[in-house]
This record gives sequence, structure tokens and C-alpha cells, in this order.
Amino acid sequence: MEKDIAAIEEAFIESFSFLDTWEEKYEYIIELGKKLPALDEQFKTEDKKIKGCQSTVWLVASYQDDKVFFKADSDAVIVKGLVSMLIEVLSGQAPDSILNARLEFIEKIGMHVHLAQTRSNGLRAMIAQMKDYARAFKIIHI
Amino acid sequence: MILAGTSTDRLDITAIRLQFPILSRMVKGRPLIYLDNAATTQKPQAVIDAISQYYCGYNANIHRGIHTLAEEATAAYEDSRTALQEFIGAASADEIIFTRGTTEGINLVAYTWGRANIIAGDEIIISEMEHHSNIVPWQILCKEKGAELKVIPVMDNGELSMPAYLDLLTTRTKLVAVTQVSNALGTVNPVKEIIRAAHRAGALVLIDGAQSAVHLDINVQDMDCDFFAFSGHKLYGPTGIGVLYGKKELLNHMPVFHGGGEMIKEVTFAYTTYNELPYKYEAGTPNIADAIALKSAIDFIKKHGRNQIRQHEAALLSYATEQLEAIPGLTIIGNAKEKASVISFIIKGLHPQDIGILLDNQGIAVRTGHHCTQPLMKRFGIPGTVRASFAVYNTTEEIDALVAGLRKAIKMLS
Repeated sequence: MEKDIAAIEEAFIESFSFLDTWEEKYEYIIELGKKLPALDEQFKTEDKKIKGCQSTVWLVASYQDDKVFFKADSDAVIVKGLVSMLIEVLSGQAPDSILNARLEFIEKIGMHVHLAQTRSNGLRAMIAQMKDYARAFKIIHI
Repeated sequence: MILAGTSTDRLDITAIRLQFPILSRMVKGRPLIYLDNAATTQKPQAVIDAISQYYCGYNANIHRGIHTLAEEATAAYEDSRTALQEFIGAASADEIIFTRGTTEGINLVAYTWGRANIIAGDEIIISEMEHHSNIVPWQILCKEKGAELKVIPVMDNGELSMPAYLDLLTTRTKLVAVTQVSNALGTVNPVKEIIRAAHRAGALVLIDGAQSAVHLDINVQDMDCDFFAFSGHKLYGPTGIGVLYGKKELLNHMPVFHGGGEMIKEVTFAYTTYNELPYKYEAGTPNIADAIALKSAIDFIKKHGRNQIRQHEAALLSYATEQLEAIPGLTIIGNAKEKASVISFIIKGLHPQDIGILLDNQGIAVRTGHHCTQPLMKRFGIPGTVRASFAVYNTTEEIDALVAGLRKAIKMLS
């Protein structure tokens, strides 16, 4: 049984509660960014790009056993760290769970500032794109 | 070292800083260090007061009313126009058209002069270092008219290739539109030379003064440009107000832009006759408060002296260049001989956005990204840069903080 979205979000909130300073929080995110495997070059195509004003995110989605799986990469490591958390939370979930996810952990860990800057990093666009994939798979397969 | 402390011989930077209320605020628990002046400058109290005094004391629509408030507002608005005329050395106040900013000024020329004068086969020359506001309007115009857009290349050091420019000029060239100072590289272009060559070829010249108006002495008559566009907010003035200068005989013969109140003389359902300059191009109720406050911004610059301000900024630029170059892996993009106080750089293996985020967490505001000059970034083969740009209120201590902040960011990211 997969862990549900709320449980994974809760785990992130708990991890961050041990990080006192902004330096510790960002070092943790940078580490997550570095640990996320690079996307194979063949997937880094125009149609997989989510363009921000500053950095680029590549997002790939697949569907297996009624679940949606995501892989992603970014040229900026902090964005990649944030993306890594989104993948941890949303990848391997059912389309409806993804569509209903409110992703409140982003605010609770103090990273909502990156959601506000929609033009500069496209994190909000990334979430919208993940939900779009979930919606599309739902229509095709259910 | 030219500059050791926070003040030059003539400018008391500490006293100047006190005139800017925002400089005393904290960001992320630290004193704000604002180094994003090429995007917009902060405003002195006098500018903020001018806006508030207009709304508190004499808010009225201009040019029509016969009551006291309308007369006071009209006088202040027209005073500001005269001050701007003097500020850029225009021959007449009629040549000063209030716009929303540089972008609107350039679009005005593209939509009026451009539509009336450009035909298929004509050529418009811009440069590789233009920001999008001085690319897109010409692209739209060229597409509509079947004209060709030609681009002056930028050399590795960030200067325009003048031989290439001279080669591009032909008898088909109708307009040359170039920036005086690059927002992304700091390069100061030899506009007088560019203008002289264009005129010899029979072309008009529009100078984008968005970055230059605050740093350089502007004299549009001496420069002999045909159009000059700039924004108020980059020279300590309010947002949403700017100026388009145009030679009077050109403006007089150009078609109108926006239709509506103020730009008309007589309206019937059969025909409309248009107002004279500059009102011909100021349809509707203008941005009165900000136009008036722009004069206060110019007064601020004049009071402290453009020359002294420039010296202070040049000292900051040279100090910052020296300090930044000492950081391993850092490369400055744009090393033109003539530079305004803009310094753009990349750090090997690191993304500008990551650096910008980590600097922001230390209370340091810089710009990162492509600076709305995507073709230029492509030219240098980079996704963007980190840009620190200085104004009169910046200090060497702030540059030291930038350098320390950068070292910390690099350590965290490596």
C-alpha cells in the first residue's frame, strides 16, 4: 500500500521542523535537488519544458496500474529540490488524489515564497502541469 | 582605491540615504541592501511627498477646469514638462510627451511614425543588446509592413560592433533604434556616432534612454537623435510615467496615436481635428500626480549634481568589479570600456536563480535571469546572469555585503 499524500506531506513538515535557520532549510532543499536523478537527455525536449522567467523545469509523466508517475529535472538546484519534494508527494498516486492534493506543506515549511514568484521559477506552473497530466490520464483510462 | 568610505568628496551618502525611507527597512531580518536599481530605483521622500501633496491639496483634472485646483494642477503638470525639457536639452516643451514609460514611448513611434512611413522592403536596424521593449514593437511593425529587421551584433566584450553597424546601413534603412546603455551589460554605446552615420544614410534614430537618463548627461539636441524615450521610475521618480521626446517637425507630421479627450481640437461625427503638440499625443486624463512628482525626482538629481552622482557610481562600479573578480569561478559578462553602474556576472556551475534566492535570504536584492534580453543571453550562451546595479545611495559597505553574501551562497550550493 502506497503512503498517502497527507502522510508524505506530514513527513516533510516534520523534517523541516528540525531545521531552525534559513540556511539549514535551503541546504536541505539543495541536497534534495542534487539527489534527484537527472532526467535522461532524450526527455529534455521543448514539449516537456515548463518555462519560467529564470529557470527551466522538464516534467515527464507516465501511467501504470491506475497511478501516475512523474520524473523531472531543472537547471536550477533549488527549484530542483522543490520539484523533488513535489515528485515525492505526487508521484505514484491515483489521478484523483493528485487532483485533490492541496499541497499545504509548501506553506507550512515556509517555501510558499516560491509559489508567489510564478514568473521567476514556474513552481506553480509545475503543479498545474502535474494536475493536468493527472486529469488527462483520468480521462483516458477511467 | 578611489572610495574608502561611504561618502565622496562632495556627496554625503549617509545624508542622501536618509532621504529614502525604504532604505531603513529590514528584509528577512536584515537591513535591506538594494542593488536592483537598473530595474527600478527607490524614491526619495520629496517624490513621495509630491504625489501625496497633489492628492491632498490640489487634485483636479488639468487643462479644462476654470477653478483654482484645476489651475494649480495644470501649472504643476506643465512645470514638470518644462523641467523635463531642460533635463534632456530639448528645444521646446512641445517636444516632451508624457507616456507611461519607455515601452509606451517606443510603441508610440512604431505605431504612428512607423505605420505611416515604413513600407515593404524597408529596413529597421536594432542591436543585439536591446531589451524586449525595443525589439518587439519593431518586429510587429516589420511583419505588418513586410519590412526587414536587422541586428547590430555584440562583440565578446559587450560592445556593439561598429564596423558591422556601418555595413548594415543602406539606402533602405529607415530607422535605427538602439539603447544608449545596456540594462544587462552596462555598456554605454557611442550614440552620437551611431546617429551621425544613420543620418548620413537618410535614416531616423530612436534612442532608448531607459537606462541612460539617470546616469548620463542627456542633451537630445547635441546628440541629434530624432526620438528619445525614457521612464521616470528608473531615475528616482514614480512608476507609470515617462517621456517620449521627438523633434517637433517630425511629431507635427506624424499621425495620432490614441484617440480621445485632450488630443482633439474639434470633433464632429464627420471628422475630427487634432490638438497641437504635445497634447496631440496625450489622450485622456494623464497620470497627473506622477508627472508632477517626476519633477521632484529631477530636482533631487540636480540638487546633488549629475556629475557627482556619476562619480560616486563609477567608484562603486570599479570597487565592485575589483571585489567580484576576486571570487573564484566568477565571470563578468560585459567588459565594455564605457560602462554605466551595472555589473552582470555568472558563476561557473551555478544557476543565477539559485544565487539570487540565497542572496535574497540575506536581505540583498539583485536581479537574476535574462533581464528581458533573451537574444543577448543566447548570444553569450547563458541562461541569464546575476546583476547588481548601483544608484547614488549605495555604498562600498553594501558591495562588501554582496561579496560576503555571494561567497556564502556559493558555499551552500557547492
